[in-house]
Amino acid sequence: MSASTDVPKASFRLSQLIYDTRYRSITIQVIALVLLVAALWWLVNNTVQNLETLGKDFDFGFLTQPAGYDINQRLIDYDSQSTHGRAAMVGILNTLLVALLGCALATIVGVLAGVLRLSKNWLVSNLTAVYVEGFRNVPLLLWIILIFAIMTESTPEPRDFRGEDATASLIVGETVAVTNRGVYIPRVGFENSLSAAGADWRAETAALEAGEEAAPPPSSGLDWLIVFGVLVASILGARWNTRRADAIQEATGDRPATWYVNLGIIVLPTLAALLALGATIVAPIFRGFNFAEGIHLRNSLIALWLALALYTGAFVAEIVRAGILSVSKGQTEAASALGLRPGRIMNLVILPQALRVIIPPLISQYLNLTKNSSLAIAVGYMDVRSTLGGITINQTGRELEGMLLLGLFYLVLSLVISALMNVYNNAVKLKER
Amino acid sequence: MSEVHAETTRFVRTEMVAEQDPPITETGAVKWVRENLFSGWLNVLLTVLSLFIIYTILAALLPWFANSVWTAESLAGCREVLSEQGLSGHGGACFSVITERWNQLIFGFYPPELYWRPILAFVVFLLGIAPVLFQGMPRQALWGSMAAPFVVYWLIWGGSLWGPVLTAAGFGIGAAAFIVISRAAGNILGSLAALLLPVLFWMFLVSPLVSGLASVAPLEITKVESNDIGGFMLALIIGISGIILSLPLGILLALGRQSHLFIITKVSVAFIEIIRGVPLIVWLFTASLLLNYFLPPGTDFDLMLRVIIMVTLFASAYIAEVVRGGLAALPKGQYEAADALGLDYAKSMRLIILPQALKISIPGIVNTFIGLFKDTTLVVFIGLLDPIGLTNAIRATTEWNGIYWELFIFIGLMFFIFCYSMGRYSIYLEKKLQREHR
Repeated sequence: MSASTDVPKASFRLSQLIYDTRYRSITIQVIALVLLVAALWWLVNNTVQNLETLGKDFDFGFLTQPAGYDINQRLIDYDSQSTHGRAAMVGILNTLLVALLGCALATIVGVLAGVLRLSKNWLVSNLTAVYVEGFRNVPLLLWIILIFAIMTESTPEPRDFRGEDATASLIVGETVAVTNRGVYIPRVGFENSLSAAGADWRAETAALEAGEEAAPPPSSGLDWLIVFGVLVASILGARWNTRRADAIQEATGDRPATWYVNLGIIVLPTLAALLALGATIVAPIFRGFNFAEGIHLRNSLIALWLALALYTGAFVAEIVRAGILSVSKGQTEAASALGLRPGRIMNLVILPQALRVIIPPLISQYLNLTKNSSLAIAVGYMDVRSTLGGITINQTGRELEGMLLLGLFYLVLSLVISALMNVYNNAVKLKER
Repeated sequence: MSEVHAETTRFVRTEMVAEQDPPITETGAVKWVRENLFSGWLNVLLTVLSLFIIYTILAALLPWFANSVWTAESLAGCREVLSEQGLSGHGGACFSVITERWNQLIFGFYPPELYWRPILAFVVFLLGIAPVLFQGMPRQALWGSMAAPFVVYWLIWGGSLWGPVLTAAGFGIGAAAFIVISRAAGNILGSLAALLLPVLFWMFLVSPLVSGLASVAPLEITKVESNDIGGFMLALIIGISGIILSLPLGILLALGRQSHLFIITKVSVAFIEIIRGVPLIVWLFTASLLLNYFLPPGTDFDLMLRVIIMVTLFASAYIAEVVRGGLAALPKGQYEAADALGLDYAKSMRLIILPQALKISIPGIVNTFIGLFKDTTLVVFIGLLDPIGLTNAIRATTEWNGIYWELFIFIGLMFFIFCYSMGRYSIYLEKKLQREHR
């Protein structure tokens, strides 16, 4: 008996590295690490050698040198004397602009199509199905160049708008001009603008002789800042009002009506701010050979925006449909058994559950849309790939640095959005045991 | 009881009333229309709106299709035919561009006298893929499926037969090494040998062997350059190679991400996130601009091969995430049951976990494949002549200068057919593999 209680001697044999599960994982990881380091070393070594042969170095100094090219679509000041870094910034902002516009429109189109596809109306549901399947199964690139071709090939030239015998006319109450050079939409001018340009404009207008036509009033960032400030403050006020109503309901069981109070709190101050600043709508005017005033939306932006939104909207529609179908019918029935009205059933029971299913894939669609915006190359929209990853690389010959920065930008954007999504997911996760 | 009844009731009908037809509004087409199209004011509004949209689209497109010209030699010719019928130049479609340039749209600039080769290759591909897709086929046919890629490569690119044969032999050596060495020295060394031996074989032995064997028996057909391959053939080659190669790689990455080994997990996560975080177009530019930096000085390999590698890596990262979802969806009991049966990691994955996880992930995997196939159009930006690139080439000729819609419609329709049938196949597969009782 005593023999069996003997503890076997702990001795380590080399074969245990392969056969013993305690050590095997270490062996595998060491082998993997060695292979990985070898592969990385091989790549870096090759790169260093190749750079040496080509007589290049690895340097990001080009970002501070003048770019020397023009960008026709920009949100911040830029001219050809600005640096490559500034050009990259213009590109980044353009990417974000089309991504934001695209996400907003894709959500609207997608939610609408997703709901309509579930409609009991045979015609509507099939029409939406055609839209969804048509856009999902045809490459995005084809949609982009198709919409661009429609915008440039089958719209009138600006000169068709000119003179007495104009063959084309402005639409939407004489305010929007659709031409083959882009769409001109009205802008808002402020007669009482607080900026220096506003003061100049008022002086000029006051000095006009009778019969002379006044120039349209200017607008400035300062004016917009005031309007948006008022709007944000009013929305906060409306939320405070809703919370007050919640508190009253908690205390007394009666809920005071909030919707018209909220509407008033939001609309009235904003309207007052706009009136005080003397906001007027400035429609595009035909002057010389082209339209002046108004906002010029280039065809490249519109084609990219519409194609991205309609394409992604088809995917969003499927996500919304799946989300609504995922809430079982028993939930609706249970809610009505509790005596809730249809509106409250939707808000308190169906939507919170459907949104948990809808939001994560929806955000990954937003991410896809942002990455797909790099297809701007097809229509010449100046996004970050066209500035930093295109012209800058061609002019400076810094492929390695340029592509690295470009990749890093997209990567950081994706990781930030994924991180936000994880925060949201954890917040709405089903709380289980 | 009946007596009481008889007293209180004056009249009791003794025979049945003849059956009547249901009201006209409750049967057939009328009922269907009432329920499906006009069941409420909102529905009436939607129906009218849909009818208006359908009418607008059809009114614009139907005459255009009905008056289409199929036999003209050029766009000017088309316009002439249309004006003879008293129509404006835009009154009818000019589909003659498709009949005229059909071969170019399908094959690119592939030598016309060799068209039989890609066609034969496509047939070989279909024969090879059939046993994989449909279970009714004999299992021995899978050996043919394994040989098919090499035959297809040889038929399309031509050159010496020995190249593909010896490349295939490399896989044979890998398989043999795995079987022999894992019996003798365990799975780890076996896998390592299966990884290293073929690579060494391909790097050092294949090219002397090919030239040696070719001097003995030159089994050679005309070589075709990658630059000459274009059109839908190019899209299919890139798409299908990407699909076939990315699935195993994606599964490996998903297993790596789920593994308990720290380094393997981190490497898989980094690879997947970096690949997914950057748009495909940036990766394609990396392949065309930067790959020469990363390879030993002097190496220069085919642009198409680089594209296939990039597309494969890109799709595999997406597939890894889809498969990871499938793995996570399996109940933990499945993993524990596999362990309890005493199966090792490879066996438990192959026999228990992956069959179930892959079944769950089928819709996602097929969606990734559809996305990959659509993304093959992006190669136009690095100078390959995919269908969209060919539309630019066709428009650049004097005959077809100014033609847009007909080409776009044709290409869109082709992609729609491919992608839609892939989606249908995924639904078929899901139904076939359905094991739950509902």
